[in-house]
Amino acid sequence: MLKPLVDADGAPYFEYAAKGELRMQTCANCGEVLFPPRPMCPRCQGIEFEWKLMSGRGHVWSFAVPRPPLLPDYAALAPYPVVVVELAEDRRLRLVGNLVAAEGAAIDSVDPATIEIGQPVRAVFQEIEGLFVAAWTPDE
Amino acid sequence: MNPTPLKDRAAIVGIGQTEFAKHLEPSEKALACRAIAMALDDAGIAAHEVDAFAAYTMEATDEVEIAKAVGAGDVTFFSRVGFGGGGSCATIGHLAMAIATGQASVGVAWRSRKRGSGPRPWTDTVNQLATPAQWTRPFGLLRPVDEIAVLTRRYMHEYGMTREQLGAVAIACRNRANANPAAIMYERPLTMDDYLSARMISDPLCLFDNCLETDGALAVVMVSAERARDCRGEPVYVHAFGQGLPAQHHGMVNYWNDDPLAGPSWTAAKQLWKHADFGPADVDVAQIYDAFTPLIPLSLEGYGFCGKGEGAAFADDGGLELSGRLPVNTSGGGLSEAYVHGFNLINEGVRQLRGTSTNQVAGASTCLVTAGEAVPTSAVLLRRG
Ligand SMILES: [Zn+2]
Repeated sequence: MLKPLVDADGAPYFEYAAKGELRMQTCANCGEVLFPPRPMCPRCQGIEFEWKLMSGRGHVWSFAVPRPPLLPDYAALAPYPVVVVELAEDRRLRLVGNLVAAEGAAIDSVDPATIEIGQPVRAVFQEIEGLFVAAWTPDE
Repeated sequence: MNPTPLKDRAAIVGIGQTEFAKHLEPSEKALACRAIAMALDDAGIAAHEVDAFAAYTMEATDEVEIAKAVGAGDVTFFSRVGFGGGGSCATIGHLAMAIATGQASVGVAWRSRKRGSGPRPWTDTVNQLATPAQWTRPFGLLRPVDEIAVLTRRYMHEYGMTREQLGAVAIACRNRANANPAAIMYERPLTMDDYLSARMISDPLCLFDNCLETDGALAVVMVSAERARDCRGEPVYVHAFGQGLPAQHHGMVNYWNDDPLAGPSWTAAKQLWKHADFGPADVDVAQIYDAFTPLIPLSLEGYGFCGKGEGAAFADDGGLELSGRLPVNTSGGGLSEAYVHGFNLINEGVRQLRGTSTNQVAGASTCLVTAGEAVPTSAVLLRRG
């Protein structure tokens, strides 16, 4: 599987995710929440940031179900859904991730036919080769 | 100062292309040289007069080697536009600017690819994983088709687009390719049943929503409008040019814009129409970048041929066919002629305005050509003299 790249801007995301917290880069000057992380606030050009704890709740904005030709590790699990989730805090915070049946489950553990745009989901945390990232599971 | 200093100041006077195939034996460099030599011959211009080159990224050949091989003279302008398929039309725009401002007099733009027989760019994970893909690829959104599939499903949800409407886009391109001997899909019809029963590549997109992986090369030669009058063939003028990288845009995944369904074509279009003497209703034929079928409805909206959310319905009742509301991709496009990163759309635009297309739109005098939607993009309006 592909491992996310950790750069200076995004490193705190992975540190918090390892602790089971979904936190978003937030401008210390104007409060703008940024995703993906970057070195400057596009609203006020601030360069100081905090990492704000999110509720971990969101809705499926859209999804795709890839099938081969794919890289071998992914082809072995295809078809699997990939969702884009809008966070409850701000609809522009759209995170790409996997929808899984439960924490730790494989990326093909949810039947794509059961997924609906707009359905509520909540964050769980999954390990990808030593790094933790948010994944999503159906929220009742 | 002239508010539109680019308008009709430069012209395409020569086009050239190799054959298109799943596999061609010559190298990309050899194919590029052959296409450029054909374009120069078409224009009746000697190679040593070439003093400008423009290309776009993901091009495997470089201007130093190409200039040397084809016999260019001293080169005073060269540019390379970013973001792969979004740069196709920008090569024409950049050469037009160089010629209009006196930085060069004879420009060559080209594209050479061996995507049919070579590796797929998305398998190069070292390069692909760098920003922005680090936030998408590890989760299995590996290929451009997966990224576009997400936008497509959302578009279907918001605007009610059906698979039959995407099928109509694919079939319109295929119908044109069926009459174009240069097309890979020459004489190979596609029916709606074929489309609807095809295997999925990234649901909701199937095999026929995807362009053809192709080997081949194309080139154009450009000069000033004044010089164009003395060239061998009928000149095709660059009437307007636009590039677009929208605020908060983020590569193929436009998901972090306020409205991900309003892509870079919207930004390029504003610039394009600002400098044109006519509007979308006056466009006779369009060559719209079609790496994937949904890029056509999204682009029809962005370039103002219909309202937001109306792009899919534009294909209804043969809207994109030769006799339809707007004939598109009259050589078959990337979906059915060849996927040479959009450059074949430029050459077809020139043929339409010369009156030499295999699917000629009678009396066509204006043509829009667009580059890749969903990435930072570009477009040109071409006009017959
Ligand atoms: Zn700020």
